[in-house]
Amino acid sequence: MAATTLPGAREDSPLVALLKDAGIAAAIAFLLALPLMGFQTLDSGTTVDLQYRFHWVAIATVGVFFGRIVFTLLYRRAGAARSKAPGIVGQGMARVGEGLGRFLVPAFILFALILPFLPFADRREIDLATYVLIYVMLGWGLNIVVGLAGLLDLGYVAFYAIGAYSYALLAKTFGFSFWLCLPLAGILAAFLGILLGFPVLRLRGDYLAIVTLGFGEIIRVILVNWQPVTGGPNGISGVPRPTFFGLPFTNDPAEGETAFHEFFNLDFASLHRFVFLYYVILALVLVTNAVTLRLRKMPIGRAWEALREDEIACRSLGINPTNTKLTAFAIGAMFGGFAGSFFATRQGFISPESFTFIESAVILAIVVLGGMGSQAGVVVATLFLVLLPELAREFAQFRMLIFGAAMVLIMVWRPQGLLAHRAPTVSLGPGSGGSR
Amino acid sequence: MLRLSGVHTFYGRIEALRGVDLTVEEGEIVTLIGANGAGKSTLLMTICGNPRARRGEVRFEGHDITQMPTHDIVKLGIAQSPEGRRIFPRMSVIENLKMGAQNFGLAHFDEDLDRIFRLFPILKDRQSQRGGTLSGGQQQMLAIARALMSRPRLLLLDEPSLGLAPLVVKQIFETIREINQRQRVTVLLVEQNAYHALRLAHRGYVLVNGRISMSGSGAELLANPEVRAAYLEGGHV
Ligand SMILES: Nc1ncnc2c1ncn2[C@@H]1O[C@H](COP(=O)(O)OP(=O)(O)O)[C@@H](O)[C@H]1O
Ligand SMILES: [Mg+2]
Repeated sequence: MAATTLPGAREDSPLVALLKDAGIAAAIAFLLALPLMGFQTLDSGTTVDLQYRFHWVAIATVGVFFGRIVFTLLYRRAGAARSKAPGIVGQGMARVGEGLGRFLVPAFILFALILPFLPFADRREIDLATYVLIYVMLGWGLNIVVGLAGLLDLGYVAFYAIGAYSYALLAKTFGFSFWLCLPLAGILAAFLGILLGFPVLRLRGDYLAIVTLGFGEIIRVILVNWQPVTGGPNGISGVPRPTFFGLPFTNDPAEGETAFHEFFNLDFASLHRFVFLYYVILALVLVTNAVTLRLRKMPIGRAWEALREDEIACRSLGINPTNTKLTAFAIGAMFGGFAGSFFATRQGFISPESFTFIESAVILAIVVLGGMGSQAGVVVATLFLVLLPELAREFAQFRMLIFGAAMVLIMVWRPQGLLAHRAPTVSLGPGSGGSR
Repeated sequence: MLRLSGVHTFYGRIEALRGVDLTVEEGEIVTLIGANGAGKSTLLMTICGNPRARRGEVRFEGHDITQMPTHDIVKLGIAQSPEGRRIFPRMSVIENLKMGAQNFGLAHFDEDLDRIFRLFPILKDRQSQRGGTLSGGQQQMLAIARALMSRPRLLLLDEPSLGLAPLVVKQIFETIREINQRQRVTVLLVEQNAYHALRLAHRGYVLVNGRISMSGSGAELLANPEVRAAYLEGGHV
């Protein structure tokens, strides 16, 4: 206290301090709201007109003023309670999360399995669920790199793009089936991961972030400029759609082919394809999770986590840091490649626009928000960051605002991520334990 | 067993070791004492090849390990408990121990675990506790135990007594003697706590500003007036 108060300076009474604080917040809100909310451009065909919405600014400013007062009063009380035992509160939350996990995870998987047959599930819902699952898969893939091995990769979208273009080109040029292209795309992405990783993984965290950021952009620029192969900015259209083990999902199959609905004696419905795609990505996601959980229990997974905690200690224990990081990088890249192939076959059309830096940023946000290394956290964070904005399309104007508010709230309440809790990967049975 | 001859190590342009000659024979406890910043930790790290010696040679059991990568050196049978312990704080005791063993296959893990738990019974009681929540002394024991999990023939210990209460220091040094005598592990011990270290060691070296200034048996160095004046006066427990 004494250090921050100048001698002679009077300390404000609590009420004055509160009003001052709220006034400052309102002033900031005013400055921000003026350009963001105060003007609206109206395109009247030939000219662009400005419309003024100063009442919005006023509402925002007044709202922030009183909101800040309420928040401060509430937070002060909560803060007083929390500061007594911050650790216990945090641990308690993690433990609650763990206990819930035991019931929630199977329930969640069951829900995902029967989703297409639920009464409310139509084309739009199933397609949206597919879209969300792609991000879950990308989140889990990047989680290996960032969450487990602690390597900050800002160019993860590159591997997603490589997977997508590999599938599109292999399938279009050679007529390979999806199930053949999938592993090929994964291998190709992993190979590029190793190629990139080999020179750069010696770099420390912040430099690694910059190099991977550059790598992501380089891949995108190549896709834009290598016209003859990638189609440039126009991308590749007519990417082969998936077939049900050779049975296409179309109403008018080519000569000599049997369509899915004919084979199973169903009426044709475009829904079939969406349901099939949904199950494909669900299977991929479950496999990704199973592999990650398995890897975490294996020596290599433990080495990733140890490396994240202390690289020098790892060296002195005989672990080869470069190889360990490379495996994390390659496996993460492989899952990105799988997700990319799936994306290409679902979309039927790909272009460099789908693989911009913002994708990397969203995937990274999913991992960080989920709690760096937590599998369930990634799912929850994906629902937050991908599903919520899709559902709230009507409020598109406020998307970024809500996004920012959510980020701030999470930083205040759960700075370690939504579900940051690390359960030991090895434990001995109660019988062999010591005194506890 | 271990022989350093004319070793120079640099950090950029700073010369931290200026021509060190040092030998460790099989079965010995050798201690290296010296003031803060003398280069003791640098010497241990140079043996492990991180950083590497710019000039001179490090030989271990006939192998020239001067230019070897750290992970290969460790596989030859050298283990280090680094300065500041550097256990993995978010991992449990058992996981920490597994990290020590895993590059050598986990085949002997249970057997080695029994051995370690006999040496450090407290770790058995705390096996599922996170490393970061152990006390300082327990963390030091864990760091030594973790190094031992790779079945080393030469154990490098960097200031195991740092920041520990006198009683705990005594216990740790007792354990080091046991590791040396019963488990036949050769020990190179870096210490600022010169009194305990010289009493424990067969031989000792004194490092001053990156050079060995004195060497001799533990008892000789303990009796040496210069050593007494520089490292023991009023300091010992
Ligand atoms: N990573 C480093 N980079 C640059 N200089 C270092 C580094 N580590 C140690 N030094 C310098 O090398 C000298 C020896 O340090 P160190 O081996 O840690 O001494 P000790 O372990 O005997 O206290 C010191 O002058 C120290 O400042
Ligand atoms: Mg030191």
